[in-house]
Amino acid sequence: MDALYRDYILDHYKNPRNFGTLEPHDLEFHDHNPLCGDELGVHIVVEDGKLKDLRFHGHGCAISQAAASITSEELIGMPVDEVEQLDADWVIDQLGIDISPTRRKCALLGLKVMRGATTGDPSWPE
Amino acid sequence: MSVAATDIRADFPVLAREINGHPLVYLDSAASAQKPRQVIETMERFYADSYGTVHRGVYELGREATEQFEGARERIAAFVGWPADCSIFTRNATEAINLVAYAWGRENVGPGDEVLITEMEHHSNIVPWQLLCEETGARLRYLSVGESGELSLDELDSVLADGRVKVVAVAHVSNVLGTINPVAEIVRRARGAGAVTVVDGAQAVPQMPVDLAAIDADFYAWTGHKALGPTCGLLHGRRELLREMRPFLGGGHMISRVEREHSSWNELPWKFEAGTNAIAEAIGLGAAIDYLSEIGMEHVREHERELTAYALERLPEVEGISLYGPESPDRRGGVVPFTIDGMHPHDIAELCDREAVCVRAGHHCAQPLMRCLGVGATARASFHVYNRRDEVDRLMDALGKAREVFGL
Repeated sequence: MDALYRDYILDHYKNPRNFGTLEPHDLEFHDHNPLCGDELGVHIVVEDGKLKDLRFHGHGCAISQAAASITSEELIGMPVDEVEQLDADWVIDQLGIDISPTRRKCALLGLKVMRGATTGDPSWPE
Repeated sequence: MSVAATDIRADFPVLAREINGHPLVYLDSAASAQKPRQVIETMERFYADSYGTVHRGVYELGREATEQFEGARERIAAFVGWPADCSIFTRNATEAINLVAYAWGRENVGPGDEVLITEMEHHSNIVPWQLLCEETGARLRYLSVGESGELSLDELDSVLADGRVKVVAVAHVSNVLGTINPVAEIVRRARGAGAVTVVDGAQAVPQMPVDLAAIDADFYAWTGHKALGPTCGLLHGRRELLREMRPFLGGGHMISRVEREHSSWNELPWKFEAGTNAIAEAIGLGAAIDYLSEIGMEHVREHERELTAYALERLPEVEGISLYGPESPDRRGGVVPFTIDGMHPHDIAELCDREAVCVRAGHHCAQPLMRCLGVGATARASFHVYNRRDEVDRLMDALGKAREVFGL
């Protein structure tokens, strides 16, 4: 089995969970990876202070799409104020693969836009 | 010298490397080319034996450095057919284009004027003009790229007919599509409409014979690092314009005399070379030009054409592949962009790297063009004198393995 393109990574890439849009939605954010031009947007519905539903959309490589898909599954049901505590290590733990420096932004783009929507902070997760 | 000769590969030390247990296949020369030992040794010899700053030292080292540096300028200028005193060393092609946009553009472009570029430009020939238009109130316009990956001269004529175009800035060869644009004809028509022309030759000079006297553009920019040399750019400009222009950067070496309140400028080309030059780089580029001249640029071009033709023939064997750019290898340089259904270009490049095949993935600093093509990114293979047909075969094998990993 490939060390990077594991079966579950490719599964999330080919069948991304929570992919699409939500109308109406309470929160949204859109951004891109300046290195490669990949784009990702997110729509979120909030209820009782928690992320009741979330959909992401856009295009990207297997790593960025799988990371967004995996991150989206973790975020649904999470209290909104907990999202800001999630960081780069958290994403890479969730992915379960070694991420080289050149692919780091691919892995982080999903959390970046989802955190951007919930906190308004547009910075890259550290 | 024949390009097919195996000793050409022996000139490039890096090609002896293995990566991940495979011999290196370098297919990213459009981004930056590898260097022959003749260039590396020339720079090393300069640093070891003759290093000194130029145009100042009255001592022997200063004389030798100046002689080598200005000698390189003369050979480089002759290589593209332009006067040496109108050939300015810059950091790279980007700085050369910025020099024009700042030093000529700020004085000559104003509200109501138009700057005409094309949809196939590299960001280096887009962003300097955006900045100029933002500052001056001029309007930025784009010539479209047709289905065949080519520009339309009829569209050029119709935009020029409005009579407001002050500058036409166009790539000689597209870094993404490989399209060879008819720059001499574009220059002729632009001049007829009273526009100044700026040609981005970053992808042209490294891989085909370029005669600037025949193209006759007002400004022509290119860069050495794609032409087997170090990172060192060139701006070739029309003498009358360079004389009239204000300097780009101020500082040492570009002045004639400095008073407390104002200064006067050095002669061409030094008026545009503020501060200490990248001396060894210019000398190294001189060696790269000597190397290419010995091979003969018509042979380099023919080699690139053959490799491109072979890649265009073989790549369609990959299921789900899409190729971009002109169909005929006669109308394009040595660059082949592609996408594969179900596999993002980044993943293609990552998996090719496992096989030591270096291809580029991304937007290639041409995001407006990516939008025209309807893709976010492409993979891209590009060639130079040291590439061979069997390396296209290695790319094919790597793409086959990549598709297997993705279960395609």
